[in-house]
Parts: sequence; C-alpha cells; structure tokens
Amino acid sequence: MGIEVVVEGLTMSFGKQNIWQDVTLTLPAGEVSVMLGPSGTGKTVFLKSLIGLLKPQQGRVLINGVDMVGGAERDIYETRKLFGLMFQDGALFGSMTLFDNIAFPLREHTRKREPEIRRIVMERIELVGLLGAEGKLPGEISGGMRKRAGLARALVLDPQIVLCDEPDSGLDPVRTAYLSQLLIDLNARIDATMLIVTHNLDIAATVPDNMGMFFRRNLVTFGPREVLLTSDEPVVTQFLAGRREGPIGMSEEKDAALLAAELVDPANHRPSGPPVIVPQLEPSPGLPPRAAVARRRERVLGMLDSLPPAARAAIRDTYARGAAAPTPSVPRPGSGS
Amino acid sequence: MITGALRQTGRLFALAAEVSRAVFRRPFQFREFIEQFWFVASVTILPAALVSIPFGAVIALQVGSLTQQLGAQSFTGGASVLAVIQQASPLIVALLIAGAGGSAICADLGSRKIREELDAMEVMGVSPVQRLVVPRVLATMAVAVLLNGMVSVVGTLGGYFFNIVLQGGTPGAYLSSFSALAQLPDLYISELKALIFGFIAGIVAAHRGLNPRGGPKGVGDAVNQSVVITFMLLFFVNMVLTGIYLQIVPPKGG
Ligand SMILES: Nc1ncnc2c1ncn2[C@@H]1O[C@H](COP(=O)(O)OP(=O)(O)OP(=O)(O)O)[C@@H](O)[C@H]1O
Ligand SMILES: [Mg+2]
Repeated sequence: MGIEVVVEGLTMSFGKQNIWQDVTLTLPAGEVSVMLGPSGTGKTVFLKSLIGLLKPQQGRVLINGVDMVGGAERDIYETRKLFGLMFQDGALFGSMTLFDNIAFPLREHTRKREPEIRRIVMERIELVGLLGAEGKLPGEISGGMRKRAGLARALVLDPQIVLCDEPDSGLDPVRTAYLSQLLIDLNARIDATMLIVTHNLDIAATVPDNMGMFFRRNLVTFGPREVLLTSDEPVVTQFLAGRREGPIGMSEEKDAALLAAELVDPANHRPSGPPVIVPQLEPSPGLPPRAAVARRRERVLGMLDSLPPAARAAIRDTYARGAAAPTPSVPRPGSGS
Repeated sequence: MITGALRQTGRLFALAAEVSRAVFRRPFQFREFIEQFWFVASVTILPAALVSIPFGAVIALQVGSLTQQLGAQSFTGGASVLAVIQQASPLIVALLIAGAGGSAICADLGSRKIREELDAMEVMGVSPVQRLVVPRVLATMAVAVLLNGMVSVVGTLGGYFFNIVLQGGTPGAYLSSFSALAQLPDLYISELKALIFGFIAGIVAAHRGLNPRGGPKGVGDAVNQSVVITFMLLFFVNMVLTGIYLQIVPPKGG
C-alpha cells in the first residue's frame, strides 16, 4: 500500500531567486497525482525537494514521520529506498549498459541472484518496450528510449512512491498513450503513491486522481482532478486549452499592460463551453482494480462541501457514471510489493 | 571573497572526514578500486619514469658540483640521494598524480554530476562518496606510494650514473656516503609524504568534481581549479612535513 506524502509550508529560493513559496499539499496514499505548470516554474525543483536532493529553506516534507528537508541524513537515505524517481533527462549511468542500469537498484538493495535479477530486468525492459536494446550504452540510444529506460530503473524495486518528471517529453503520441496506460497499470499492481510532472494534456486529462498547478511562485491549486479541470482560474484555463491569451507569456509572466490590452480585444473573448471531463483510464484487463479508487471516492465525497460548485457537480457526475459502469466492488489490496 | 574561500576549505575538510568514515563502510567497492588504481597507474607510470631520470641527474650534478667546491666530494652520493628520496620523488609523484590522475577523476565526477548521475545514485539510496569517491582516493594514495618507490629508485640510479660517468665520481665513495648520511626513516618519511599527497590529490579532485558550477564549462573550470589547488596545497603541506621531520628525526651525519 502506498504512503502518504505530506508537504507543509515549503519555500524554496536559489540565492535571491524565489522559486515557490508556502507550498502545502498532501499526496494521498496510493493515488495518482499530476503537477502542471509552465516551463521554469519549479516543478523539477519540487520533485527533488520531496526526495531530499534539494533542501528548501522553510517547511517540511513528511513521509512515514521522516522529514526529508530537515531530518537526519541517515533517515533520509533509508526513506529514499521507498522512492522511484524518474529524472527529466533519464540520468542513466553513462558507463553502464541499459541492462546494468536497470539492474543497479536490485544489485544494491536486494540479495537476489543473477538469474532472478535477469528475469526481473528483462521483464521491465519488455514493459517499456526496449527489448533488444538492453546491451546498449545510454549514449547509443535515442532520447525517448533513455526516458523509458529511466522509468524502468525507477520502477524496478516496486517503489511505494513514484515520482516521474515529464515521462512523456521526447515520446511520440502513441508511446505517450501506452505510457499513460503503463502508469495506471503500475498503480493497480503495486498501489504506489504517484506524482507525475507533465505538460502533456492527454496524460493530465486521463491519468490522475488529483491535479495541481504551479504558477508565479505559488501552488495555484491542488486537489481532486475535477477541481482543476472545472476551474475558471485564467491561468488554469489558459494552460489546459494551450492558448496564447491569458496570464502565461513566453517568459514566465506577461507584462501587465499586454495582458490588459488582450482583455479588451474582443477577438479574445471566444465562447468556451462547459469543460468536458473525460473518464479516467482503467487498468488493463487481467489486472486487479486500483485499490486507491475506493479510498479516493470516500475521501472526495467526504470533502465535497468544501469544493467549488462546478467541481462538486463534476464529481457527482463522475461517480454517478462510475456506479453505472461495471466496476468490481471489492478492491483487493495491492499485490506484488 | 574571504568567507567564500573559508567555506570552500570547510567543505574540503568535511569531504575528507566523510571519505575517511566511508572507507570503513561495507561493501567495499573493490572492482571500482582496482579499475581506478589501474587507470591512475597507467597514466602516471611512464611520465614519472621519464621525469625522474633527468631530475635525479640534475640533482646529482648540482650537488656534485657544490660538494666539489666545498671539498666534500665524499658526501655527494648520500646528499643527492637524500634530496631525491625526501623531496624530489614525493613531489614529482604528487604533481603527476594530481595533473594526470586527479584531473581525469575530477572531469569524470564532474560530468557525472551535471548529467545528474550522482543525484540518481543518491535517490537510489547509494552514497556517491562511498561508491565512487572512496575507491578513487584510495587508488590515488596507493599509486602514489608505489610510484614514489619507483621514482626513488630510478632517480637514485640516474643520479648514480651521472655522478660516475660525468663527474668522475667513484662507485665506492658514492655508496659509502650513502650509509654515512642516509637512514631508513628517510625512506619512511618519503613514503608517508607520498601517501598524504595522494590523499590530498584525490580529495581535492573529488571535491571539485562533485561541485562544478553550471554546465560543461563549469566542469572544465573545476578540473583547472583542482590541479591548481592541489599544487598549492602540496607545496604547503610538504613544507610543514619537512619542517616537522627535520625537527624530530635527528640527522645521521651530524
Ligand atoms: N541548482 C539550481 N541552482 C540555481 N537555480 C536553479 C537550480 N535548479 C533550478 N533552478 C531554477 O529554478 C527554476 C525552476 O527550475 P525547474 O527545473 O524546477 O523548472 P521546471 O518547472 O521543471 O521547468 P520545465 O518544465 O522546463 O522542466 C528555474 O528558474 C531555474 O533557473
Ligand atoms: Mg523540469
């Protein structure tokens, strides 16, 4: 079963440059969350802070009672073994073949024998579609292949918390669709708590239980996906629609003057219908149902009153539709880990 | 500026302490150690041998000419051997280890750092210091000690050859002055110096490699700095060690 990640009042600066401030959120145990945000808003920095690679100046990140920001180095090292982090650029070991890269965590942290390691690694290599490339060095494969190998390495120990930094960038649309399914299947199999940073709107629309967004040195929102998907916050709607009009500019913040001019320009007032929420992906046939689904349902229905009306309606809608669909009613706890 | 320098010095010592602790942590990375040992040895042995012959010769000739003027030819052998073993050899070794081995170690670690390999390692709960830095520092120390032995022998032979051939010294006088002036502690201090210099070269290279500024250009700068910093540290530490040695070990010829 996944582990809850609690972030309290996190503030990060590099020298005088403030990246984000007072970020507070909880990644619910076993659920899949997605973090959006324009390029350069500190999403990667946030992931690295969760795992204790970067140390924000204020705040705490609590995992099983260990503070990844200010805790003892020894505890932090132990807690990291629960994590799988997929780096934005893969971060594979350049002197090792893909096979050895993916086998590295197994060889370091388990006493498994070589045949067993081989079996597990080859299974993962097949899972991410790299069969045949296992003998190559990271310098000899494409960027998208590196990312998939990085994912395989992050997942090889069946981690309880999975962090993915833009798993889709560098992948073609078909591979991205497979990847979405892979992430959901993974969640069904091991019930890990997952946080995915992405710019990809398809992943954002179909994979997560929860969504958040960074903008202008703040966490704009974080909560059940319906909240963000029905939000009328200009930043959020602009980002989800991929429009140029709105507060997000090429450099992170737009000129206030430019923004005002845009607002009075009638060409920018296009009618936009009510947001359509596509159903979440289901695990592939043959896999157990996601244990997080039932927990989330309870959690979200419990907090319904505190949500904006649009989100409330969308959630009711989702669960009404979900009840009609043939969803297995007894979610088994995650197997495999 | 000054606080910056102090901070860097503090970090250097912190790394040295961390490495010393991590040496005893299991599992020892034996393969990495062998590979690094082999690598550092392979890039330093040939240049060390080539440098030590002329160096031994220069010292022998200089000392020979001095002793001749002073009328102390009988001490030529001992004096030049002492100079080679105690001063020249450990410094030659250290400069080569820092210049050839240390710079490569620094560049290697630095490029791993900017490719986020070291972060990835930490994330997987593996300490880069224990895994990568410890074997490298031990390798530079071991190579330094071995190389120092080799340079001492080659340098002494070179000095002997030039003294006998060019300055018309006699083999008998050369050898007997040896036992009159030199003693075993001279060899010990030489090896001890080499060990310490190897440690410094390894630590400085690792420290600069683990903390490059910015991208690939930063790695280049780091390599540059690591060599310069090591050289400065070496000459300073050499002065201190020599001073202490001359104070506590009574000279034999006196
Ligand atoms: N080690 C560092 N030192 C100084 N500044 C940094 C460092 N790492 C990141 N930054 C700064 O933090 C900001 C956020 O960077 P980050 O990589 O988190 O962006 P991001 O949201 O992941 O963007 P993208 O979507 O393009 O990957 C940037 O302005 C960057 O300059
Ligand atoms: Mg990023």
